[in-house]
Amino acid sequence: MTAFLTLHAPLWPVLLPIFGAGLATCLWKQRRAQRLVTGLCITLLLAASLLLLAAVYQQGILAIRFGGWNAPFGVVFVADALSAAMVAITGILAAAVMTFGLADIRRREEQAGFYPLMLGMLAGVNGAFLTGDIFNLYVWFEVMLITAMGLLSIGRNRARLDATVRYAVLNLFSTLLFLTGVALLYGATGTLNMADLARVLPETEPSINLTLSALLLLCGFGIKAGYFPLFFWLPASYHTASITVSAIFAGLLTKVGVYACFRVFTLIFSVEDSGIREIVAVLAAGTMLFGVFGAAVQWDVRRILSFHIVSQIGYMLLGLAISTQAALAGAIFYIIHHIIVKANLFLLAGAIHRASGTFDLRKSGGLMYRNPLLAALFLVPALSLAGLPPLSGFWAKFLVIDATFRAGEHWLAGLALFVGLLTLYSMSKIWMEAFWKKPVLPRAEARRVPRPMLLAIASLGALTLVIGFMPQPLILFSQTAAAALLDPSAYLSAVLPANPILEARP
Amino acid sequence: MHLLFAFAIAIVAGCSLYLILSRHIVRILLGVTMLSAAINLVIFLSGRIVTNVPAVIRAGESSLSADAANPLPQALVLTAIVIGFSLTAFFAALALQTYRSLGSVDTRHIDAAERLGSPFPAAKDRP
Repeated sequence: MTAFLTLHAPLWPVLLPIFGAGLATCLWKQRRAQRLVTGLCITLLLAASLLLLAAVYQQGILAIRFGGWNAPFGVVFVADALSAAMVAITGILAAAVMTFGLADIRRREEQAGFYPLMLGMLAGVNGAFLTGDIFNLYVWFEVMLITAMGLLSIGRNRARLDATVRYAVLNLFSTLLFLTGVALLYGATGTLNMADLARVLPETEPSINLTLSALLLLCGFGIKAGYFPLFFWLPASYHTASITVSAIFAGLLTKVGVYACFRVFTLIFSVEDSGIREIVAVLAAGTMLFGVFGAAVQWDVRRILSFHIVSQIGYMLLGLAISTQAALAGAIFYIIHHIIVKANLFLLAGAIHRASGTFDLRKSGGLMYRNPLLAALFLVPALSLAGLPPLSGFWAKFLVIDATFRAGEHWLAGLALFVGLLTLYSMSKIWMEAFWKKPVLPRAEARRVPRPMLLAIASLGALTLVIGFMPQPLILFSQTAAAALLDPSAYLSAVLPANPILEARP
Repeated sequence: MHLLFAFAIAIVAGCSLYLILSRHIVRILLGVTMLSAAINLVIFLSGRIVTNVPAVIRAGESSLSADAANPLPQALVLTAIVIGFSLTAFFAALALQTYRSLGSVDTRHIDAAERLGSPFPAAKDRP
């Protein structure tokens, strides 16, 4: 039994939520049964993703071939260290955010199919992390996109419809760019399996098709991940959804784009010798800087945090632009830290809203005296995001910026430090306005924040503290993952059969 | 021949980009649909368009004959069509709901999300 579970470990994180989504759809009218199915499914998902992490840690890269077809022909699922870490963090985040959702999801949203959509989105995210086939990656992107649009528009109020229109147009466009890139790549190489592409591409002569394909993939993933200057849909849409949805979007969806970029530009294309490095460096600098500037003028907590997603994406991209092992390890550490902290901050925005009745910082205030526990819980992720020691953000920023200095890109490293300062400014703005200043609207008591919300926020905060005080295991893990990204020979030998059939090319 | 195909696809893609840049949501919808059609043609073209035998394994044989058409692009296009159709359906429903709730399909009049917490005055109050 255990052997069977471990043997198919990369399968469960995708199968469980799909199955749960189907079951929840069948139970459309029974909200309580749906809640039960979702709770059970998320718990199993957490267990399955941790099982996958353990299995990959012990046995190295796991690959599953579907339908008995060998690698270049059939679709494969591959779990290496990076994929397994992303899946594990998805499981943890889903569990925390759905705990928060116990107190946050409204009856109307439940009736409109919140649970099937959420589980479907988790399946899409995990599928994108695990697939080893670039066309299959496109399919998972679309699964993610359509469920995300459903979740965004679920409340059907005016702001959400506006947000969904913006989100839908730009994200549809991005997946179309991605698909064009895949088509050109297929035309040039005749294969779609990522491991096979990594094997074939060095022997393929460089052509305009390949360059175009690389740039289209960069643009497609760039819109998804929110790179400068393609990020405008993100702060225009993320702040309107309910907090449960916003938190999981903020934590996971853009990171899928970043993950896809990391995968494609280490395994298939190389950042090194193609002029892509310069483009990625400029994109990283712009993403960091303009994200943080955008946050400075906003007054809605959720919008400030949305702009900060963009800014933080820049640090991850910086890791890819430098592309040494240390930089990639820093970026992987950064992604994991960021998913936890950013989702936690969105949850805190929900708790602030619950306590003070508004998301608008100009109208809130006084939470420091009325709810000191909430204030303490806010400080952990806020200071971590700004990169203050000894929290997880400090180590993440330290690893990335140190690698940047070592690679001799001093202006990028200086910019990253400067952006860290501005991040601190934004966080202190939220602190001053929502917690420190006297309340603007006279109200005797802050409303009570429900227990599940506090539990979710506290557990993510505890995770931040644990990473902050014991970064060593995670740093070692990121370094292994980065080494595997830079040297894909283990990935290739795990996916491709020993003696592949070479003639099957168009 | 490939050049001719390429030009035809470029025209379709150009028209669709023009439609996507419009302010009218229904035109954007048509643009996205056309663009996904153009990209399906790109997939087809990248699988090499030649006159070949259909990709069907004859009775009694166990593999495709050597001059058969490449079946993979057809499978890819089929998948892309199905996905594109579902997204178009969703987007059409979204456009309808937007029109019902906001009373307009002009993106200049849709700024409900933009106004939340913005330091700037709403679009209709601006000079």
